[in-house]
Amino acid sequence: MAKNIKLMQGNEAIAEGAVIAGCDFFAGYPITPSSEVAEILSSKLPKIGKVFLQMEDEIAALGAVLGAALGGAKALTATSGPGMSLKQEHIGYASMCEIPCVIINVMRGGPSTGLPTLPAQGDVMQAKWGTHGDHAIIAITPSSVNESLYETIRAFNLAVKYRTPVLILTDEIIGHMREKVVIPDKSDIEIIDVKLPGVPPEKYNPYNYTSGEVTPLAPMGEGYRYHVTGLIHGETGFPSQKTDVIQNAQNWLMDKIYKNIKDIEKFEEFQTEDADILLVAYGSTSRSSRQAIMMARSAGIKAGMFRPITIWPFPDEQISALSKKIKKILVPEMNMGQVIFEVQRNACGSSVYGLNVVNGEPITPDQIYEKIKEISKI
Amino acid sequence: MIKTKFDYNKYLRKNTLPHIWCPGCGDGIILKSLLRAIDKCGYSKDDVVITSGIGCASRLPGYVDFNTIHTTHGRALTFAIGIKMFKPRLKVITISGDGDALAIGGNHFIHAARRNIDITLIVFNNYTYGMTGGQCSPTQPVGSLSTTTPFGSIEPPFDVCNLAQAAGATWVGRSTSYHAVQLEKFMVDALNHTGFSVLDVITNCHISYGRRNKMKSPVEMIKYQKEKAVPARSAENMTPEDLAGRFKTGILFEKAGSPEFCTEYYKKLESIKTK
Ligand SMILES: Cc1ncc(C[n+]2csc(CCOP(=O)(O)OP(=O)(O)O)c2C)c(N)n1
Ligand code: SF4
Ligand SMILES: [Mg+2]
Repeated sequence: MAKNIKLMQGNEAIAEGAVIAGCDFFAGYPITPSSEVAEILSSKLPKIGKVFLQMEDEIAALGAVLGAALGGAKALTATSGPGMSLKQEHIGYASMCEIPCVIINVMRGGPSTGLPTLPAQGDVMQAKWGTHGDHAIIAITPSSVNESLYETIRAFNLAVKYRTPVLILTDEIIGHMREKVVIPDKSDIEIIDVKLPGVPPEKYNPYNYTSGEVTPLAPMGEGYRYHVTGLIHGETGFPSQKTDVIQNAQNWLMDKIYKNIKDIEKFEEFQTEDADILLVAYGSTSRSSRQAIMMARSAGIKAGMFRPITIWPFPDEQISALSKKIKKILVPEMNMGQVIFEVQRNACGSSVYGLNVVNGEPITPDQIYEKIKEISKI
Repeated sequence: MIKTKFDYNKYLRKNTLPHIWCPGCGDGIILKSLLRAIDKCGYSKDDVVITSGIGCASRLPGYVDFNTIHTTHGRALTFAIGIKMFKPRLKVITISGDGDALAIGGNHFIHAARRNIDITLIVFNNYTYGMTGGQCSPTQPVGSLSTTTPFGSIEPPFDVCNLAQAAGATWVGRSTSYHAVQLEKFMVDALNHTGFSVLDVITNCHISYGRRNKMKSPVEMIKYQKEKAVPARSAENMTPEDLAGRFKTGILFEKAGSPEFCTEYYKKLESIKTK
């Protein structure tokens, strides 16, 4: 059968992916460069009988998403840097209460209105550390329009499977550029649906910290009455101040993600086999990096790239394995240095260099190539 | 006629008791009125969702056997809107303190009212931040003391009911934890109303508020409620001077038949489909 190919914008691909994934509910608050996600869904979702809400702010948007998700909805919100900051308390709440949801952050630079229409990769650390307390998080960094669509579907699946917020971090470049997208056939992709627990209501506990299995979140209103609270709670969902319960609950929030890392991780390697210089790049920066690597290779410098697609949890294992054989690592980022710290943490004796551009312009292949040349001489 | 005793056990999660409220706190009276009201309305427990924010009042949902969500400070209405819009058949009730509903949650309060979404909001109004030890609240009377207004508050308080009505709520009422029978009646009325209903319940916190304001015991606070409450009808014949320092009770505003957000949304969906 002929492939269903479309030309679309990154933000449009996210909206498309959400619909394919079975998104039932969107609540958001406008912010450039993410607003197209909301605008497109404001038309798409009502047409298929689903809910679209523009809320009074980003906090309300994520609150509504979590309320709907507790009712069993596959729910989505989209924002950018400052809106992401406002959502942080609810991201912590969703993690603690294990409520699935997908949060799109089309990254831009600076506070309040910062650099609203220009690209940056300012929120990678915010995505991991922005909220209070401890919890693991899943974050995904697509680098093309096509990938935006497929990774949105994967984000919904991971959210339901692991009962966790999943963040998608794109940037203004990916969000606004137009590229070819292959619209998948329903039969070609996996969709994980919200389902009722396998046990009757009287046997249902909303949490499970011990068996290693993620308990399905029973949609409210279907006979499973339970309590949800941000207070540290035991497996019954009711608050507890017992030290072992608290520790178990905290461990579980980490373990359910880190112990399943093989299922969650995703990355791409590009010409790393014989590389002397390794680039670690994500999102739109990985596109310039790819170009720069080809320039370097034609000049006889063996460069390669590791591209995290799942950026949180961070691909520690892969970076440390690569750094055992590649002694020079370059991390180009449209920020003052965020992922570089993760790379340094995992670099086994390699030298790690940064290339940080935050002037509102994308990092060009030339800039990266120049840096590669410089490093190759060290 | 012999009145049979109401069986609260039907609705209480006994494993979560005792509750955290101080002996003499008004919140328990409101809880009991709410359970009687829900029972009168005849809802199935599976169809009731109660959301709450953070504070003493907001601990209520943990004790009752419904679908309960103890959310974040001030944001309970946002969760309520989410689940109501997704599953309109559910009866959604939100419990909030005065600080929760009107300070940190003030924006959500006015927007929920503006939308006239079919949710019942019950504000446990004790003029203070009970849970955090009695700081100044947006409903605290001018001149009263709190841990952050040690010289007396100079901030004019919100009138919860006026604010709700002005913002678009279509059922607005006020009662107190002293008027437990009236409270139950108003709750039934608010729950039966289609649209955003706001019930302001003046309640007593002798621990964080009363003892700093010459009402050391629950008894003094209950007396205050009894004496300061003015039924709306009586208030009509009173001057502003007469009403100073007092508050109106009653169903203060009711407008049936206004477009309700959830219904309008799904009506819109139908109209799109048929095009
Ligand atoms: C974001 C956030 N800010 C502050 C607090 C601390 N806090 C907890 S309860 C509360 C005030 C509660 O007052 P109110 O809503 O009137 O409820 P009450 O305890 O009086 O019933 C505050 C400020 C918090 N939990 N979360
Ligand atoms: S502090 Fe006040 S509001 Fe809180 S439980 Fe005690 S009496 Fe009630
Ligand atoms: Mg209060």
